[in-house]
Amino acid sequence: MSGREPVLIANGQGFWGDSILGPVRLVREGPLHYLTLDYLAEVTMSILQKLRSRSPDAGYATDFVRMLERILPTCKAKGIKVIANAAGVNPSACRAAVIAVVKKLGITGLKIATVEGDDILARLPELIAGGEELRNMDSGKPLAPRLADVQSANVYIGARSLADALAEGADIVIAGRVTDPSLVVAPMMHEFGWAWDDWDKLASATIAGHIVECGAQCTGGNFTRWREVPDMARIGYPIVEAYQDGSFVITKHPNTGGLVTVETVASQLLYEMGDPKRYLTPDVVADFTTIQLEPAGKDRVRVSGIRGTPATPTYKVSIAVLDGWKATGQLTIAGPEAVAKAELCAKIVWERLKLDGVGFERDEQMVELVGTNVCHAGIAAAPSEPAEVVLRLGVRSTDRAKVDRFGMEIAPLVTSGPPGVTGFAGGRPQATEVIGFWPALLKKEMVTTRVAMEEVR
Amino acid sequence: MKVRLSQLAYSRSGDKGDGSNVGVIAYDRASYDLLVRVLTPALVKRHFQDICKGEVERYEMPNVLALNFILRDSLGGGGSASLKTDAQGKTHGLGMLYLEIEVPAGFQVPKYS
Repeated sequence: MSGREPVLIANGQGFWGDSILGPVRLVREGPLHYLTLDYLAEVTMSILQKLRSRSPDAGYATDFVRMLERILPTCKAKGIKVIANAAGVNPSACRAAVIAVVKKLGITGLKIATVEGDDILARLPELIAGGEELRNMDSGKPLAPRLADVQSANVYIGARSLADALAEGADIVIAGRVTDPSLVVAPMMHEFGWAWDDWDKLASATIAGHIVECGAQCTGGNFTRWREVPDMARIGYPIVEAYQDGSFVITKHPNTGGLVTVETVASQLLYEMGDPKRYLTPDVVADFTTIQLEPAGKDRVRVSGIRGTPATPTYKVSIAVLDGWKATGQLTIAGPEAVAKAELCAKIVWERLKLDGVGFERDEQMVELVGTNVCHAGIAAAPSEPAEVVLRLGVRSTDRAKVDRFGMEIAPLVTSGPPGVTGFAGGRPQATEVIGFWPALLKKEMVTTRVAMEEVR
Repeated sequence: MKVRLSQLAYSRSGDKGDGSNVGVIAYDRASYDLLVRVLTPALVKRHFQDICKGEVERYEMPNVLALNFILRDSLGGGGSASLKTDAQGKTHGLGMLYLEIEVPAGFQVPKYS
């Protein structure tokens, strides 16, 4: 417990690929105690596992290390600690890369911690042999018959080991597959010394983490009434101003763009929501129907009243399995009669493939005429005669060769189809892997997480 | 009288397995109470009939005046299997706001419309 209040915890990265200006401006443009950075989507783990299988030094979020190079001098000067899930499937390599950057910058007296134990890919045969069936939560099927297709397997771990690392004095905490809110839960648990069975406090911290985990999506990004959001180019990333009693304020640095209102915060509360009464994390079950939101000044929303109940005895496991191959390609069709010509183009592709003995099931092929209302099909009125459309074609199959054969029939339409076909860019569509997710549960006692720490003196 | 749902509420959506979730948040209590009555899973399923191939479930969050809908099988495959442009249901929230809602005589449309 540091005794300071409020504690300021920001999220500067909602996903791998988010604007790098988020973290850079957060550390530079105002006070901050913790900067959290979220790099891992579900599909990212399988990509990282593949990179690691090709090179023992790969398998973590390399953007994170480049980011640290930009922000660490400011973080060191201001005492800002960094918590990220950038370790992917290779925590020790990520730690080594971070240490190399710290040394390159000439910064000393920094402790770098990694949290390990979430990656159970290598343990799957042993777990299955020991009676863990890892049944798919949707289909009920056991994992064993699909073991050869597994690309990655990670347990969604909670905030505890991250908080342990902070208690041991870590300045940079790097985890693998932790739940997104854990990055915020850990500093709140550490700073306020709350008990790990104080379910209301854990639920509060979890919801704080949920609100900020997608970066600017709670500060005016993706907001329905977008015309009212000022200066989106300079949108401020979110800051949790956390208090000892479990309440918190969502805000952003002064003089940044964007908007923090009850509406922008409520919007993000609903993002990727299931049953609001039972938001499950490894640390707590949070009840979103207890949340109270109220305005607390310009770009400030107070969040309070949150209740939680005990965590479940299991961890959720995210297992990525290879489910075949897919490819998509696109062309732009100019008018007149853009729609009729685009429809003809699609028909030609399927017929030419059939002429070469390549057929796809109905649900394995896709045609979209972008510009004729593909996102809101059947809902919004489509324009009767758009000046141009983008034709998107796609296929999916367990047969990679068939998918690659499809990719060869897009470009020929430019010279052997109707007139006005253009916009063939990016080369021939190639087959890429279809990754499916196999959600399963694993008893918590089967997983041990641990902290590894190294100090740059 | 009919009004667009966008006059009564705002929204956000994202992916949830092979389905999407659409959060609809009312601008005021009267609109929320009305939506609890009329914005049924059956109506939402009909509205998204060309997109949602599975069941529609609804959860109530009166504390933030929100209804949360789960649109099962609405992305053309879960994980990375989808071939659609909107593989994550990012636009389903705005799609919901096109709905026409019958409001009772004398109903005060919220100030944000």
